[in-house]
Amino acid sequence: MKYTIYLDNVAATPLHPEVKNVMIDYLNSEFSFGNPVSQHHVGDYAAEALEKARAEVARLINAHPQEVLFTSGGTESINHAVKGVAFARRDRGKHIVTSNVEHNAVLGTLRMLRARGYQLTSLPVDHHGMVDPGDVKKAIRDDTILVSIMHANSEIGTIEPIRDITKITRERNIPFHCDAVASTGVIPVDVEDLGIDLLSFSANQYGGPSGVGGLYVRPKTQIIPLLHGGSQESNRRGGTHNMVGIVGMGKAAELAREEMPERIEHLHTLKQALLNGLQSMEEILINGHPTESLPHLVSASVKYVEGESITLMLDQEGVCISTRSACASGSLRASHVLLSIGLDHATAQGTLIFTVGMATTPHDITRSIEVLEKTVAFLRNMSPLYRRKAAN
Amino acid sequence: MYSEKVLDHFNNPRNIGKIENPDGVGEVGNPVCGDMMTITVKVKDDRIDDIKFETFGCGAAIAVSSMVTEMAKGKTLDEAMQITNESVAEALEGLPKNKLHCSNLGADALHKAIMDYYSRKEGKPRLQEEKLEHLGRPDEHCYCPYCDLDVPDEAPYCSNCGKPTIIHDHPH
Repeated sequence: MKYTIYLDNVAATPLHPEVKNVMIDYLNSEFSFGNPVSQHHVGDYAAEALEKARAEVARLINAHPQEVLFTSGGTESINHAVKGVAFARRDRGKHIVTSNVEHNAVLGTLRMLRARGYQLTSLPVDHHGMVDPGDVKKAIRDDTILVSIMHANSEIGTIEPIRDITKITRERNIPFHCDAVASTGVIPVDVEDLGIDLLSFSANQYGGPSGVGGLYVRPKTQIIPLLHGGSQESNRRGGTHNMVGIVGMGKAAELAREEMPERIEHLHTLKQALLNGLQSMEEILINGHPTESLPHLVSASVKYVEGESITLMLDQEGVCISTRSACASGSLRASHVLLSIGLDHATAQGTLIFTVGMATTPHDITRSIEVLEKTVAFLRNMSPLYRRKAAN
Repeated sequence: MYSEKVLDHFNNPRNIGKIENPDGVGEVGNPVCGDMMTITVKVKDDRIDDIKFETFGCGAAIAVSSMVTEMAKGKTLDEAMQITNESVAEALEGLPKNKLHCSNLGADALHKAIMDYYSRKEGKPRLQEEKLEHLGRPDEHCYCPYCDLDVPDEAPYCSNCGKPTIIHDHPH
């Protein structure tokens, strides 16, 4: 078997070994099956573990434990936040402001709302992928009931100016939802400092398990549940808790908070090595903001070649990366994020996303660049676009 | 995900390149869709004497290009026109369902090259090489990527060809 070099951490990170141990210990415990809302000592065991995890997660984002809901992941949190506020506030208006580079969980939900009479203003971004807070101010109307702008973009890494945006939304008393799935647990995310009312995040971005996430809701925010019918989470999110996942998420949050500065340094060093390697190759464009960017993500457009053919060849050598080419994403269209930052379709189709992780080594980077160079040469050799350009 | 046959053609593609002074040129697809194929042929005694391809596209597209040129080489023009997208996919021992549209380019490019040869033979002016960056669809409609028809908003499938993949693209 080829040695695996995993550079797709934005899809999901490997479990931190201590997180894995805590989850296994919980599974091995006598009352691992306990339901936290039960009224006996088996339920109490689970309830205690639940609140312990909740406290750690809240601490990670500088919130109070009662302000944090556990969900099944980032997508549920986003759906809950956007639909929950849109429906709760629909008597005040039906206008929502967002950006052109949001994750499909946000855009898909907003599209559904638009089909049901809500109005959207989706703000453009500059070629780095940055939203202009001035545009947010201009877009807000008297009937605006929600603004949803992501913290860090999971395709190009750009970090949006959230503080400047929430200054505006707070002034106008409009709830601000932030898709912070790609950033929470990786870089500091403080709901007070950033002025956020609703924050969506996911455990699998920082060493926790997939299938569990959280939604922070600022007190007094008007919102209705997404999952009705259960008293769990103080009647805000029905459904029996995924205790093993939540226990893992709590431990992952604790470690992420404690280790964050060292992790950021480790990731950034590897990112820089990757950038150096890419920049030594011909006709590779690096996307996203040069400084306001996730420490572990590199978006690189390889001209004249399509993305899935690159990921397939790299995968055969053990290197795992991601692309949003039409063929790879199944949507048959180029990524809306890449088109929004001004890439032409062909360049967008050849764009790769590398996300390094805590398990990544400098040798992994060297080897990946080596494989990429061979791959790109091989594919460019058969590309009509490259041949045509070479002929001119 | 891909069969061994597909991976073989992807890793060891046959007939890469461009024939100098070709007898026929067939180009299909465009970078906007993420798949583009150019096939050039040399014809002798009504047979495909030599054939080469250049492809910008995914693993399936590259495998299809390689396979279609391998299938067409040495065949008579009539036999080559009988090669279909389905027969190419079959020769590759199947493609994943979501990659079938990639396979559509292979036989189309081959046929276009042969038709171009016929046009040239009849003294018709050479078909212009299609512009690389065509305008693409205005990003306003939901449409079926297989038969290129507009479909009603949020329709789960195309009422013309029945395929379930619908592009829902609205201005934001």
